[in-house]
Amino acid sequence: MNFRMVVHILGKVLCVVGLLMLLPAALALYYRETCFAALAATAAGMIAAGLLMSWKKPENRTLYSREGFLIVALAWIGISVGGALPFYCSGEIPRFIDAFFEAVSGFTTTGSSILTDVEAMSKSLLFWRSFTHWIGGMGVLVFVMAIMPLGGSRSMHLLRAESPGPEVGKLVPKMRFSAMILYGIYFGLTVLEIVLLSLGGMPLYDSVITTFGTVGTGGFSSRAASIAAYDSAYVDGVVTVFMILCGVNFNLYYLMLLGRFSQALKSEELRWYLGIQLAAMAIITANIAHLYPSIGTAFRYASFQVATINSTTGFATADYTLWPELSQCILVLLMLCGSCAGSTAGGIKTVRVILSFKSVGREMRRMTHNRSVSALRFEGKPVREETIGGVNLFLVLYTFIICASTLLISIDGFDFTTTLTASIATISNIGPGLGLIGPMGNFADFSWFSKLVLSFNMLVGRLEIFPLIMIFSPSIWKR
Amino acid sequence: MRIVIVGDGKVGFTLAEHLSGEGHDIVLIDHSPSVLSQSVNSLDVLGIPGNGASYDVQEEAGVGKSDLLIAATSADEVNILCCLVARKLGARHTIARVRNPAYTKQLSLMKDELGLSLAVNPGIQAASEISRILRFPPALHIETFVRGRVELVETPITAESPLSGVYLRELYARFHVRVLICAVQRGDNVYIPGGDFRLAAGDRISITAAPADIEIFFREIGAPRVRIRSVMIVGGGFIALHLTQQLLEMGMSVKIIEKDEERCRMLSEQLPRAVVIHGDGTSQELLDEEGIDSMDAFIALTGIDEENIVMSMYASAKNVRKVVTKVERLRFPEFLDHAGVGSLISAKNLTANRILHYVRSMENATASGVETLTRVVNNRVEALEFRVRDKGDFLGVPIGKMRFKKNLLIAAIVRAGKIIIPGSADTFEYGDSVVVVTTNEQLADLRDIFA
Repeated sequence: MNFRMVVHILGKVLCVVGLLMLLPAALALYYRETCFAALAATAAGMIAAGLLMSWKKPENRTLYSREGFLIVALAWIGISVGGALPFYCSGEIPRFIDAFFEAVSGFTTTGSSILTDVEAMSKSLLFWRSFTHWIGGMGVLVFVMAIMPLGGSRSMHLLRAESPGPEVGKLVPKMRFSAMILYGIYFGLTVLEIVLLSLGGMPLYDSVITTFGTVGTGGFSSRAASIAAYDSAYVDGVVTVFMILCGVNFNLYYLMLLGRFSQALKSEELRWYLGIQLAAMAIITANIAHLYPSIGTAFRYASFQVATINSTTGFATADYTLWPELSQCILVLLMLCGSCAGSTAGGIKTVRVILSFKSVGREMRRMTHNRSVSALRFEGKPVREETIGGVNLFLVLYTFIICASTLLISIDGFDFTTTLTASIATISNIGPGLGLIGPMGNFADFSWFSKLVLSFNMLVGRLEIFPLIMIFSPSIWKR
Repeated sequence: MRIVIVGDGKVGFTLAEHLSGEGHDIVLIDHSPSVLSQSVNSLDVLGIPGNGASYDVQEEAGVGKSDLLIAATSADEVNILCCLVARKLGARHTIARVRNPAYTKQLSLMKDELGLSLAVNPGIQAASEISRILRFPPALHIETFVRGRVELVETPITAESPLSGVYLRELYARFHVRVLICAVQRGDNVYIPGGDFRLAAGDRISITAAPADIEIFFREIGAPRVRIRSVMIVGGGFIALHLTQQLLEMGMSVKIIEKDEERCRMLSEQLPRAVVIHGDGTSQELLDEEGIDSMDAFIALTGIDEENIVMSMYASAKNVRKVVTKVERLRFPEFLDHAGVGSLISAKNLTANRILHYVRSMENATASGVETLTRVVNNRVEALEFRVRDKGDFLGVPIGKMRFKKNLLIAAIVRAGKIIIPGSADTFEYGDSVVVVTTNEQLADLRDIFA
């Protein structure tokens, strides 16, 4: 294990996140808020620590996959602790575990909150809270990679450990340009949404916050009532569209930028993703039509909730805990499914669900025809056996972790729906669940232990299990 | 540049490693996903699994937008087809590795008809390298720079050599020849020596000078002037075929030992003046019977590195003066130095070097980039050739007044066809070719040599 290189890269990550924290600090100065000291001090501390750690270039710059896993896991824990400090030091979130939970929830683009009164927070801290969504959405290490060279030619291991999806590849031969392209698209979507929301009459500050929550598929809002606070069909529409867009594999946008529209639209995963959403929207609209004055209104609320849950964002415009059981059930399934690989969203990812269904189908065929040989195909290409094995292992681990965390949280004694959906909503990086933690509720009442478990869940979900599990394996710490 | 490389074998990987390190965008195509994933993990390149000669795969790899396609698979026909498809798709240049001499003869025709920029024949590359070594027996290796005007020769210092115990600053006073000792391997260490360095027996030195001066220098230090007259080659592949042709032309007698009878017949048809023996070269009895102890040179060219090494060790033990061993995958290089396997040759490395040379000269129309890069002393020292093509402020400044990076030596300057072995008063001028020897890696431009 090349610990020097691990420390070196961690230093760079801390440094970059510290620099990014200067943005809310400047905002605090502009709004003349007292939390300026906390933000500036934390930023300075992170930059100083980062510089100290990355000052000396290690001689040996090789990274293998285990260094990749370790760096990604430690980086995410590190920035979460750093990101929590402003909340805690400013005294606006008095307990550290709450601040940590909030920061993890931000970076992992979950959007679960322990705040009971969002609007009491200072504006710059709310900005930082939502900004963490934006930073975490596309990946911190990918961002660092885009702006400075990391680890030479072997940084592929970092990209793979941080990016979601069963098979992570580059867009162009050079890692750095791949990272730049991804961030370029991400930045473009961000600007576009801010403009569109502002055109709809939303104040600039609110539209920036809402956009960070949308494109990072996070779900933090500056209003207690989330998007419902604006009560505008236009805003609902824009946010719905952008939530769906950000759940799409960003590689497809790159193909579109290259003018290869037909190839992008042929994507099997995209078609399933959109198909699942449309079907869910249709069923839920029919199911809740009687609760709303018109079918149009029902569709507006149904489509927003479906998009927000399936893209793992977690905004809300309606309290779906009051909807019929069928609708709630569909939403929970959508929570698990999540959106496409290579997007900013969480969840199991559509591609894994499809692949595991296909592999089940193949095994069934094999039971009837013992000698049949068939290769699974996805996106028109045969899928490697290792990939299928990896997907199935992922699903098993995902289920185990949900079971284990549900068990641990149940110590708190909440009802089953709350307990189960808390673990699902955190591991899938959604935000709200059902029961007490529905869109109008929050996570404040959980014990510190449960918050720790849920924070772990969020990180596990964002980093797709393996990096975080690895740091508990003794073999990774050996030299 | 954007470069697509088909075939992720030794040659393809070496090319990808160098070219991506030099900042090019590399796409690697190979039919085996597992081989490819290893390369993608260790290099900053894009890997695409599939048949490189297929139109769909090439289109996916973006060959049409690429500046260069290099076809380096093990099959000649596939390589040629790759280049043909690439030209149709719009690649600007194509390079193919073509081994079979039957195709090489149609080289000029193929180049025109197929739009091939370069066809590299590993056999010819290796054969020329070996015959160069045989022409000058004291050298373990010979590299040439600036179109042959500068040579870099690696040679060991024996206990009886007058060089042992000499300080480098006394070199000219003692031998009156302008040569430069630019690298010394002592034990496991490699030094880029200064004037205070004292040579010792057992060192392996690398000397740069004009070819004529090198010959004079070796005469001065009393190296035995032997001429190689008889050569034994084991392994009758394409290298042996090309090599034998060259050696026969130089008037040497050649004996080839080859296992495969069919192959032997082909060799004897093509090389009527050579003696072709059908038998197993790894058999001690056969080597003795064929008179290995009376040979001037022994060359092991079979396809198996380990067999080559063992045969060469045996030849050294039998006091064959010059031993050349083909080793494609260099393992334990330091150990091999002392094993008596003589000069090591890798056809794949030579092929990669030839292609790299071409690629570098392709992009160097204006900048003072690397013209040739050769790795010497078991790949631990880089010898680079630059051409001064930009008018920087370093022009005209005496070398003694400039600060260079550590472990770096200006080995030679070629100005208007004349070689200068640089002292502290010499300068760089526009249009010069400069040979630099260093243990630092990845110098991309002449400007990178300054501290």
